[in-house]
Amino acid sequence: MTVSRRHLLALLPAAAVAWKYVLAGTPEESPNYRMDGHWWGMLIDVTKCIGCGNCVRACQTENNVPDGFFRTWVERYHTTDWHLEAPEVISPDGGKDGFPSVKQGEEGKYFFVPKLCNHCADSPCTQVCPVGATFIAPDGVVLIDPKYCLGCAYCVQACPYGCRYIHPQKKVADKCTLCYHRITKGLTTACCEACPTGARQLADLKDPKDPIHEFLKTHPVQVLKPQMATGAKAFYNGLDGSVR
Amino acid sequence: MNAFKDAGHLFRFLGLFVLAFLLFLVLREFVVPKSFGQYGHYRGAAIGEIGSLAVRFAGHQACETCHSDIADTKSKGKHEQVSCEACHGALGAHTEDPVNVVPVKLDTAVLCARCHTASAAKPQGFPQVDPADHYAGVSCETCHNPHNPMTPPDSGTSAAKGGAK
Amino acid sequence: MTGVEGYIYPNEVTLYWSVLIVLYPFITGLVAGAFILASLERVFRVEAVTPTYRLALLTALAFLLDAPLPLQLHLGHPERSPEMYFTPHATSAMAMFGYIYLWYLMAVLVFEIWLDYRRDIVLWSQQTTGIRRLIYKIMTLGSSNISERSLHIDDKVGWIVTLVGIPSAFLLHGYVGFIFGSLKSNPWWSSPLMPVVFIFSAMVSGIAAVLLIYMALTKMRGQKIDIRCIDTVAMYMFYIFIIDFSLEMLDLVHRIYEADESFRSLDFMVHTRLFFSQIVLQILIGTLIPLVLLFIVQVAHLSEVARKRIYVLSGCLILISVFAMRWNVVIGGQLFSKSFLGYTTYKMGLVSKEGLLAAAGLTVLPLCFLWVLLKLLPPWPEKRALQAPSGD
Repeated sequence: MTVSRRHLLALLPAAAVAWKYVLAGTPEESPNYRMDGHWWGMLIDVTKCIGCGNCVRACQTENNVPDGFFRTWVERYHTTDWHLEAPEVISPDGGKDGFPSVKQGEEGKYFFVPKLCNHCADSPCTQVCPVGATFIAPDGVVLIDPKYCLGCAYCVQACPYGCRYIHPQKKVADKCTLCYHRITKGLTTACCEACPTGARQLADLKDPKDPIHEFLKTHPVQVLKPQMATGAKAFYNGLDGSVR
Repeated sequence: MNAFKDAGHLFRFLGLFVLAFLLFLVLREFVVPKSFGQYGHYRGAAIGEIGSLAVRFAGHQACETCHSDIADTKSKGKHEQVSCEACHGALGAHTEDPVNVVPVKLDTAVLCARCHTASAAKPQGFPQVDPADHYAGVSCETCHNPHNPMTPPDSGTSAAKGGAK
Repeated sequence: MTGVEGYIYPNEVTLYWSVLIVLYPFITGLVAGAFILASLERVFRVEAVTPTYRLALLTALAFLLDAPLPLQLHLGHPERSPEMYFTPHATSAMAMFGYIYLWYLMAVLVFEIWLDYRRDIVLWSQQTTGIRRLIYKIMTLGSSNISERSLHIDDKVGWIVTLVGIPSAFLLHGYVGFIFGSLKSNPWWSSPLMPVVFIFSAMVSGIAAVLLIYMALTKMRGQKIDIRCIDTVAMYMFYIFIIDFSLEMLDLVHRIYEADESFRSLDFMVHTRLFFSQIVLQILIGTLIPLVLLFIVQVAHLSEVARKRIYVLSGCLILISVFAMRWNVVIGGQLFSKSFLGYTTYKMGLVSKEGLLAAAGLTVLPLCFLWVLLKLLPPWPEKRALQAPSGD
């Protein structure tokens, strides 16, 4: 496309205004965003994930995730028989640079499972924080207050899904924030933005117009480790029984 | 009272506790952040602080404000739901200063291969090729318009022609 | 990734709770155990153990003063630890630490020691000079009343404090067991037995520690060890150890029998990564050998010398065993992945903030505290303050 200079002169200020709007304000005070009007979650379609690793890289870029730690990652499963309890799983560097190719004709089935913080409605991690440094916000996102956290790592131990870690430089707990700084401005999360197949989609469970409601009515969905009764809000379509 | 006379030391010990407790109450007023407890057992101001963090991916809607013709091309093809930054990377800085911050030209050999290299692990219906078999050595955009991949790279709507300049 | 076997969640490669978190329950366990020994004399009137009464209290205090230090070194932001006092989160067992610790330190241990020593403190404040005099004077809180009636009141109040101290000691150490036992995310830890096992092993370790310290110090002072005392202490140590061992075996048998989804992974871990610390150190060397030896002492008639040697050996092995148990719980609980598909390894540093040297230093430090306390508040009968002839 060629944008002529005249076009640019007209569009630049428009873009600038759009950008300022994007960056504006504090969400709980912004007149356009009301915390009580949202209940955030995510829909992950295992049947669509191609293991490209875009989401992992996008998250690392958007959120300055330190090397060797992951706010989101992708696992690749390989199951060969009926013994669901012993799949072969790999996640090379969290799936950041994709996965090695599998030749056609290999026995068994393969699939990719993106994982992230499930932003549990009954989260065991917020339950154990000794000081109130991690909490579930009124709009359903589990957040960490880096200025208040002691770095005791109790929450890291309490999470059944392994999605938390202690930031090696900041020495506080860290994890996926569901790109809170984006979703409160009408943007989607970085991982959803970067996903080329629509395997990851942000869902607002309180918004009647959100397509997740229709999806939940027409597809059997699962959450990770349902026996933990965490109220996980990351819903998976097509989750195999072998997924740990 | 006789009993209290011989228990005076106990009251002194108790007094230490009372003093410490009062000191604690006073200290608490100064130390606990003002927004603590606003929405729950946490510092309410943390929500705003987290919400104000820097945005790096602009989101496809911001791109479409200026690059509407590319968006149009894309909407007609197989890459319709692939957002701009999925390939072009984080471009928040570019929206802020479109003239001086120019996105890096992409290397299709690496980029396209990332998603489309054939692997039995990928879902069945997903378009995949083995790069060694499929015109090895020829760059992808020679035949495919990245914005509408099943169409040839014809008019000015392809990256091969130089992009938004 | 070096040290990783099978598949683990990417964030699980690093262990977040280090050897310092192994040390902390070990230390508070010694505190609780030493206090229980002291309460045997005070509340349950087991008069035979009287020679260890004051020493047990001082040992408990020495270790209690050291207890917060491993935690402070572990925290990413130790300067924020007062937040646990100002905004404790009621649903968190860890938040209770600050208050339980303070309660136990001031309202139980310091209070009880003060009440028991008060007569001596007042007399020493009048008989010594210099800095020591000042310290004692402060400790009297300005009251020099050591009339019979006031001492009688002290005795009665002290009895109540010890009585309250027993559940307090259980709370001080039991809550640590609860911190682990209440986490549904970790099947190695999650168990209602955890606080109970912690408490019983704490009692054994605390009694063993006081036994060893008493024997060592008495020898160093050139005094005669009260054989009836250590026979009684060792007897209690033996019986409590049986209960502790039974509880741990119950947990093991229950796990093996139920064989839930975590069992295969945990079983493999115990047979490989934890083989030396759990099977060899904790169970075979640290539990079975002391139990057999102490059993022999109970049923056979051994000479005093033989008994003393057995008590020293058993005491040392018990301390090793209880430390190994804490290691196996804390480190073991982080070596396996919550995916049950893999394992990682613990890389303990040497000179780092949470490394081996730090742990060793913090284990030795309470002995230094004890040394100071022994100088300031000597527990030995011959060191009791003598009333001046013209005294009240």
